[in-house]
Amino acid sequence: MSIVVGEDTKLVVSGLTGREGSFHGLRNRAYGTYLAAGVTPGKGGQDVEGVPIFDSIAEAVEKEGANTSMIFVPARFAAPAIDEAIESGVHTVIAITEGIPVLDMLSTYWKAKEAGVRLIGPNCPGALSPGKANVGIIPAQFFDPGPIGVVSKSGTLTYQIGNELKQAGTGNSSIVGIGGDPIVGSDFIDVLALYEADPETELIVMVGEIGGDAEERAAEFIAAEISKPVVAYIAGFTAPPGKQMGHAGAIVSGSSGTAQAKKDALEAKGVRVGESPTETARIAAEALRG
Amino acid sequence: MDLLEYQGKQLFAKHGIAVPSGEVAATVEEAVAAAERIGFPCAVKAQVPIGGRGKAGGIKIAADAAEARAHAEAILGMDIYGPRGEGPFRVERVWVEGGSDIAAEHYASVILDRGEKKLLAMVSARGGMDIEAVAEEDPAALVRRHIDPTRPFTAQVARPIVEAAGLDEDVRDGAAEALAKLAEVAVAEDATLIEVNPLIVAADRQVLALDAKVTIDGNALYRHEELAEIADAAEDPQEAMAKEKGLTYVKLDGNVGVLANGAGLCMSTLDVVAQAGGAPANFLDAGGGSKAEAIVDALTVIASDEKVTAILFNIFGGITRCDEIAKGIVAASGQIDLRVPLVVRLDGTNSEEGLEILAEADLADLHQETTMLDAARRVVELAGNAS
Repeated sequence: MSIVVGEDTKLVVSGLTGREGSFHGLRNRAYGTYLAAGVTPGKGGQDVEGVPIFDSIAEAVEKEGANTSMIFVPARFAAPAIDEAIESGVHTVIAITEGIPVLDMLSTYWKAKEAGVRLIGPNCPGALSPGKANVGIIPAQFFDPGPIGVVSKSGTLTYQIGNELKQAGTGNSSIVGIGGDPIVGSDFIDVLALYEADPETELIVMVGEIGGDAEERAAEFIAAEISKPVVAYIAGFTAPPGKQMGHAGAIVSGSSGTAQAKKDALEAKGVRVGESPTETARIAAEALRG
Repeated sequence: MDLLEYQGKQLFAKHGIAVPSGEVAATVEEAVAAAERIGFPCAVKAQVPIGGRGKAGGIKIAADAAEARAHAEAILGMDIYGPRGEGPFRVERVWVEGGSDIAAEHYASVILDRGEKKLLAMVSARGGMDIEAVAEEDPAALVRRHIDPTRPFTAQVARPIVEAAGLDEDVRDGAAEALAKLAEVAVAEDATLIEVNPLIVAADRQVLALDAKVTIDGNALYRHEELAEIADAAEDPQEAMAKEKGLTYVKLDGNVGVLANGAGLCMSTLDVVAQAGGAPANFLDAGGGSKAEAIVDALTVIASDEKVTAILFNIFGGITRCDEIAKGIVAASGQIDLRVPLVVRLDGTNSEEGLEILAEADLADLHQETTMLDAARRVVELAGNAS
């Protein structure tokens, strides 16, 4: 098994006829992901390298059995595209788009909740289950199959840690990028619960950063619900208050959302927190060897 | 993006929230003229995007034109630091505001609660002071209620909140109306934080917003043209240059220039530099799929900060190709005078090709390291002590 994406993923890509959408959609297919369809309104009936294009996601669900939607639509049109995916009948929506207004996501979040659809992102690199499926922009070459589940707010930082795990001779059950926006469809706790239930995952690496309280909530959740070992890393100790550090959600507001508070909260619940990506990978690899 | 007080009040007025009359002034003469039109007593208030202005001497009451002149002369051009050491912010403008007869000072806010994924309305009868301190001392004094995203937040829905906060009976309708309108401003203007401290009850029992702290979602500026203009106005030279070039850059205090790809990796790089004993000069995310031209732009921005004495490049290539990054470094060294040593760590996609390009170019004062930690130690050594 694996989580979020796997051998049963049937992917439909919104924006497959666009530059980014086709590049990454076809890259995902080359990795082995089953790419069922693409969607671009007005281009139904065409194809992209043999992948049929439909006018709507619902049509792709009906005709090709798509169950997972990936959104590559530009920011100002993305929230309606995610809403369309939520209503289309897929069980998972992965939104890569960066820069969606947060109040748009506020209503989209509740639509997904109500429909019982798993929303990952936005502003995320997607999800990869090594050897099975890749949906999004994660460079799969840095990850081998293995027993470590990774959940992260950041893309490149995850590649850095994944590569160090690979060099340490281990690998991953899945890698899930939850995104760096203030409001994301799935938080750390949602993904931690999936890893807890996944028999292939023996240890979880959680990569957080400044802003919000998702890490603090995760600390409480880990203490109450997670039996598997968790190793964490937090970025942004040097970030000054009031400054947005690249990600829309990466901001210390007054005295809340600091890296130190997150580290303290996790350590108080017995979670080991690495000082650097390198140390985090080392702790994880050692913990696995027992 | 944080609005200045007067910009926030203009938004409030647009949505029908009562605010004292006032005018913005950029010079002493303008301030005096505004004060004479408004009448005395009036307040001369520094316009900087931080709290604690009063304590810093940025808010003064003028009883006549001579005092208005003296206050404007003192406040315009002063540097104000925030309560947590933010800044300094130079005062470019003052807001001259009519005096209010204050019967009571309360607190009201509407903020985005990221954890709960809802807007959160907060009201306290104890306004006019640090609300975090009030909440700590007496949690019951700050009433917090989430706004149901599925139904309209009307004055009627807001009324139990101001009741629970214990506001006087005769001002509850006015305060509930104001609270509902704050939520309306949040939704209509894409504000993630709106704080009014104090929300006052005047002698005539009218409810007015005496201050305004408003944060607008930068991702939504495309649909608020007038706010986008405000965003362009208030920035430091490097931040403005970076924005023009489409780079994500944040100025910091130190002397180690930093460039990395990806926001998370960049934050992590700053931390590792600090752990190695250095002080980062900036955050700069070169982004995914960076091309050579973007690297030239990024180095131009970083090197234009005179404090910088060494630069660290920390790249983990995913979609970004290290050979493109290396070409960018070579191109930049031919186009601009970097004047400081450069430490480069390239890993990931096409890193070998990238390292070869750098080796062939044989640039002066370029130092290669293979790991992030070694690269951080090296750049701190080369940067020397921050002055």
